[in-house]
Amino acid sequence: MKADFGIRCSGAEPVIYELSKPGRMATTLPQLDVPQAALPDAALLRDDVDLPEVSELDLMRHYVRMSQLNWAVDIGFYPLGSCTMKYNPKVNEAAARLPGFARTHPYQDVHAVQGNLRLMHELQEMLKEVAGFAGVSLQPSAGAHGELTGVLIMRAYHVARGDMQRTRIIVPDSAHGTNPATTNMAGLEVVEVPSDARGNVDLAALESVCGETVCGLMLTNPNTLGLFEEQLPAVMELIHGCGGLVYGDGANFNALMGIAKPGELGFDVMHFNLHKTFSTPHGGGGPGAGPVGVAELLVPFLPGPVVALCRCEEAGCDCQEEEGVHYHLVMPEQSIGRVRSFYGNFGVLVRAYTYMRALGAEGLREVSEMAVLNANYLKTRLAGVLPVSHQRTHMHEFVVKGIYPSAPDVHALDISKRLIDYGFHPPTNYFPLIVPEALMIEPTETESKETLDAFAAALRAIGEEARDDPELLHEAPHTAPVRRLDEVRAAREPILRWQGG
Amino acid sequence: MSYVPHTDADRAEMLAAIGVERVEDLFHDVPASSRFPELRLPEPLSEMELMAELEAMSEENMDVGHYPSFLGAGAYNHYVPSLVDQIISRSEFYTAYTPYQPEISQGTLQSIFEYQSMICALTGMEVANASHYDGATATAEAVIMALNVARGRRKKVVMSPAVHPEYRAVVRTYTQGVGLQIVGDEVGSRSLHDVASLVDGDTACLIVQTPNFFGQIEDLSGLAEQIHAAKAMLIVVVDPISLGLLKPPGDDDADIVVGEGQSLGNGLNYGGPYLGIFACREKDMRKMAGRLVGQTVDADGKRGFTLTLSTREQHIRRERATSNICTNQALCALAAGVHLAALGRKGLRLLAELCYHKAHYAAAQIDALPDYEVLAARPFLKEFVVRCPVPVSEVNDYLLAEWGITGGYDLGRDYEHLAGHMLVCVTEVVPRGDIDALVEALAEVAEEVGR
Repeated sequence: MKADFGIRCSGAEPVIYELSKPGRMATTLPQLDVPQAALPDAALLRDDVDLPEVSELDLMRHYVRMSQLNWAVDIGFYPLGSCTMKYNPKVNEAAARLPGFARTHPYQDVHAVQGNLRLMHELQEMLKEVAGFAGVSLQPSAGAHGELTGVLIMRAYHVARGDMQRTRIIVPDSAHGTNPATTNMAGLEVVEVPSDARGNVDLAALESVCGETVCGLMLTNPNTLGLFEEQLPAVMELIHGCGGLVYGDGANFNALMGIAKPGELGFDVMHFNLHKTFSTPHGGGGPGAGPVGVAELLVPFLPGPVVALCRCEEAGCDCQEEEGVHYHLVMPEQSIGRVRSFYGNFGVLVRAYTYMRALGAEGLREVSEMAVLNANYLKTRLAGVLPVSHQRTHMHEFVVKGIYPSAPDVHALDISKRLIDYGFHPPTNYFPLIVPEALMIEPTETESKETLDAFAAALRAIGEEARDDPELLHEAPHTAPVRRLDEVRAAREPILRWQGG
Repeated sequence: MSYVPHTDADRAEMLAAIGVERVEDLFHDVPASSRFPELRLPEPLSEMELMAELEAMSEENMDVGHYPSFLGAGAYNHYVPSLVDQIISRSEFYTAYTPYQPEISQGTLQSIFEYQSMICALTGMEVANASHYDGATATAEAVIMALNVARGRRKKVVMSPAVHPEYRAVVRTYTQGVGLQIVGDEVGSRSLHDVASLVDGDTACLIVQTPNFFGQIEDLSGLAEQIHAAKAMLIVVVDPISLGLLKPPGDDDADIVVGEGQSLGNGLNYGGPYLGIFACREKDMRKMAGRLVGQTVDADGKRGFTLTLSTREQHIRRERATSNICTNQALCALAAGVHLAALGRKGLRLLAELCYHKAHYAAAQIDALPDYEVLAARPFLKEFVVRCPVPVSEVNDYLLAEWGITGGYDLGRDYEHLAGHMLVCVTEVVPRGDIDALVEALAEVAEEVGR
């Protein structure tokens, strides 16, 4: 039992309202240094706002104690498939907090924020280079947000050509749930295609749905099984051949840096998950960033503003300077529009930029190589423990069936919960949907061989427990701050805010 | 440096275990013609060199710490107490993922539950979610929710022109594929009353903002009644700091309340990451987007928290989900929760009043200048509109060049009828001396540039 929680099982941390005592406050405010003005009509005002009143020390202890109830990358192994829970370098945090970046307002004149714009422009350029695209917009704020952006771009492209009947988006059955949800948001229709026995898109099925109503295909490559699409050129030919476009879900780009450029592989548009591939922290569920890269033909449709560079000596530059370089914000000519306010999650962009500059070309290729090495090594270590979904060389992740042959009553969920007792975050479970009892394991490149060996040993030991004492697993975890939670009750009788003691 | 821990010996052992000779052998599925492309990127830097370069880059900016700023317009310079950054810098919070495994995510889950509780208190609503990307996308998701509540049968959306221009743009971007009629904001000067009169039996929702984009406090009394009579929903965009003082939209029967939460514990950060606030009524909660945390018990009957009502969401419902959102802005919501709890019942009111009094002092001083006029048809809180004697861009160029002051937002960018009008924002961080300097500088602009 290796999991170590500071206040594990020591009793629940009160909700902050339960710590409240009238008259306390955890911060100070400046004295008013101007005359008081008459307040507006009382009908516009409120009498009171029900917020907690706590001292600064109570507040700190409350949040620190809550933090100790969490698992995190900085505590231990976090092999969540598809989430790329790699180490978040600390220099990134220092960079994003530099006051010159952090204390700038998005509506400052562009000439007053050239540092920001230079960073954004260089990041656009680096992302273009790494993925082989002609244009990048940094505005989308998460992977799903980038997906919506990408699908709206594909739609806008067809609409601009007067090709109005292209309303269908093909989505493989191994895709993330965001793909079909995004398609629906964009007002388009989802057509699902199955995977074949080797985990690739079923080519015959794909061909049968190709035609002049296809807007595009959303393809995750490597896919959610951790497999590189073996017939990628044929897939590209089918979709492009029928006039469709190919969208790349960049969730799995950690396998591809310096290995292949999606733009050269035929992808027309792809989002990057800066919070996965480029090491920015996940923050307990955000903020992330989901910039979108596109091939030449889609550049005019990017959301904006994007950052453009102007060389002052060249014609068309309006800076009225004799020489030098300036950065401007421009809206692409046939843009789908803004997808959020301002220019993107700038603070996240600073972190990703810092990461790319720290690594350079060789470092990024090493990241992908070692991510793939780690996944294949861990898979090898698990041979004979849990069956892998497909006997192929994997990329940065792989999926096993979470059933020990000797303990059919023990499920992927039980294994996941028992891993917590061993001091590991469980893998992604029950996804992808096409593998029963799926456990999706993505070790990432920042984990050591020792960690991978220990994780494999834990799964082996749990297999023995499953055979000898299945109840131990059914009731796991035993060492976490709370035991299994009644999720049915949470959904049937929702309590979504504090309602008094 | 790639943060990879492997020694050469580790690599060799791992390759041997896999049964390949070289790492390159793992990539045989990648088409050979595209394999291992050259990446033309800048050479890697050590941490020390990198920080030096980044510092220099950041210093190319004229940040608000060195140049007093009167910009607001949806991004606000409020003081962030030190404890906020201390808490959100804890690895246990910022290096965690979405809390899918509740047993080892109670910290994130409880902090979101508390955030939801405080947002409900602030807005006067019954349910708040764990956040959206920003105020603009929260507004767009509110529109989609209203369309879903109307089961897709209503295709018209009415927006006040006094809603933030970028929020209105994002609503249009999000819904461009679903064939809506979006009206109300074609005429920039249209009043709330006139906008509301456009709501009819085909309308899914009306969107208003208070304080609106011009800083004015809208009177929402009776509005919901009128909108509900047409069976449409009332969506209100708010600024959370203002809700320390102003009547919450929940008291005026709003159906959905959204807003930009950046003011709460999150710095300016050149426009992001920010925080989309989203709150609604309990009866509609199953149509809302985003993550929700609920209270429940564990196997021992002990209180605990978990993500709930997830059958609305993409990973379960796929194309029938209420939205594709999964990642949100949890760490920004954490910062907002910490700031709200730090201010508490009295502090938030005091903060709102500080902004109010300072903004009114600034407005009175500017209005007293011979060439300037403050438009004060409606009460305001921390932002107000000033008619300038020369184009706003010229005013701002002069302020920055001669006085080191960042002036207000040029309303002519978005509103034809407000060319030459500046939106001035004053928060608690602006000392009286800076306000007086602005007033003096504006007087000088009128003399120097206006001449």
